[in-house]
Amino acid sequence: MNPGTTALSVMFAIVALGSGIGFLAAKRRQLNLEEWAVAGRGLGVVLVWILLAGETFTAFSVLGISGWIYSKGGPTLYILGYLTLGQVLCFFIGPPIWEYGRRHGIQTLGDFFGKRYGSDLIAAIVALAGVVFLIVYLQLQITSLGIIVGVASFEAVGRTPAMLAATVVVAGFVLVSGVRGVVWVSALKDFLLVAVAVVVGIWIPYIHFGGIGAMFAAVEHARPGHLTMPGSTPNYGHSWYVSTILVNSLMFTWPHFFGAIFTAKSGETIRKNAIMMPFYILPLALIVFAGCAAILVAPGLKNGDLALLSAVRETFPPWVLGVIGGAGALTAMVPAAIHILTAATLVAKNVYRPLFAPAMSDDNIGRVARVAVVVITAVALYLSVHSSTTLVGLLILAYSGVGQFAPGIVLGIYSRRVTSAGILSGLLAGLALTGYLVFTHRDPVGGINAGLVGLSANVVIVAAVTYLFPRPCTGSLPVQEEPQGAL
Amino acid sequence: MRKPSIWSILLASVPFFGMCFSVALWDRLEPHVLGLPFNLFWIVAWNAFTPAVLLVIYRIERHR
Repeated sequence: MNPGTTALSVMFAIVALGSGIGFLAAKRRQLNLEEWAVAGRGLGVVLVWILLAGETFTAFSVLGISGWIYSKGGPTLYILGYLTLGQVLCFFIGPPIWEYGRRHGIQTLGDFFGKRYGSDLIAAIVALAGVVFLIVYLQLQITSLGIIVGVASFEAVGRTPAMLAATVVVAGFVLVSGVRGVVWVSALKDFLLVAVAVVVGIWIPYIHFGGIGAMFAAVEHARPGHLTMPGSTPNYGHSWYVSTILVNSLMFTWPHFFGAIFTAKSGETIRKNAIMMPFYILPLALIVFAGCAAILVAPGLKNGDLALLSAVRETFPPWVLGVIGGAGALTAMVPAAIHILTAATLVAKNVYRPLFAPAMSDDNIGRVARVAVVVITAVALYLSVHSSTTLVGLLILAYSGVGQFAPGIVLGIYSRRVTSAGILSGLLAGLALTGYLVFTHRDPVGGINAGLVGLSANVVIVAAVTYLFPRPCTGSLPVQEEPQGAL
Repeated sequence: MRKPSIWSILLASVPFFGMCFSVALWDRLEPHVLGLPFNLFWIVAWNAFTPAVLLVIYRIERHR
């Protein structure tokens, strides 16, 4: 067999196994909206861990981390910082969100805003913005998948057919199995991906340089200044690092992350999960090693995202490339599935129902969500095939944009005074300012992440409107202080 | 919802100082540790250490 066929067969076998698991995961379960969207709030620590790890460790982050260390250098460290700090925040904010969600039967980020602030309008705005950000993120997973399959098959499979086939499969198991299917595919993918990280992170430096220390010494010698900040970028220095970590560590504001909180059995599950999660981030450091080795092993690539796979292709026999390609494809498919599922639920529950069918039952909303799955998948596929440079701007906006949901979530949980008018005006101002800065290429603003600038304006406006126009709350407040001895 | 204790919040800010605000102090190549540039080693070490911090907070919050 020629190398392309070998790699492709191995890759196909892994993807087929993963998809099979996805389709069978929800067998014998009654798939109502609650089961489909939040797994009936029944997942234990291990499964929630696998789900959240699946959301965090995406194909875009794997290609992105190795691509960034290859082309930008030192600033890449922010990724290893914000993921863990995000867990520290989730440790505190997760359990009260879970508790509020159980009390009010909440399944989505839009539900939370609608219930807490007593306004379908806020819910719909949050849902719509969330869906836009999710589709951008989804499009990047699909594009990453196209790159992975293309390189791993020695260009035997074109990017467009690869993206098309994989995305149809993803939409299929989302429709059949819901979030539970995603969890089980993620279990296989996590196992493979950690194995891949260990192999590429240790083996590539050993084969080409004789060791990890020798590899770093060689890179530091060849590219002085590359591995500290700002590395090979003009303006990603220390203030950018600090401000970006602060914004990105608000990752509980991502609609899919927020939704995953409700799959847990208890608030306790969320806490335990946050304690364990940083260990899963350690394999990402190995991906940094591999991306760093690629600087000298596969020099001169125009697109840094190809760095890891090119280094792998220079180093390993085709079947290993097939395993890595298969693991990589699943790594794109798992988050893609979660993004599709979350966006579809948001559209059906928080946009379609209040606008067109206020009296519709949850079962029927579940059917609308299935239709939304097909539409959202089609839109993301279209964007992936016709991707343009504005989408990179959209991604930066997506990361900075979801952070603007933070005041509504955090104050919604911890403050009784905050008003819906305050939250809505702050949110709109934050989104508008961040969007303006990103699309007029002013990000980072004087070295500060545009999302943090938007968030500061957001918080100031929330506080000002709340104090100037105090109003009794029209939504459902979280339950305050349990009576003494209740715990 | 019951707010976390002041000790828990102080402890939780420790990893933020270690990994985020203090970046200017440790963003350099020397001394290399286990062959890694110092900044990479530092951030990996904090990733490994943060679960211990969270475990202590977990104990504090459970006893309240």
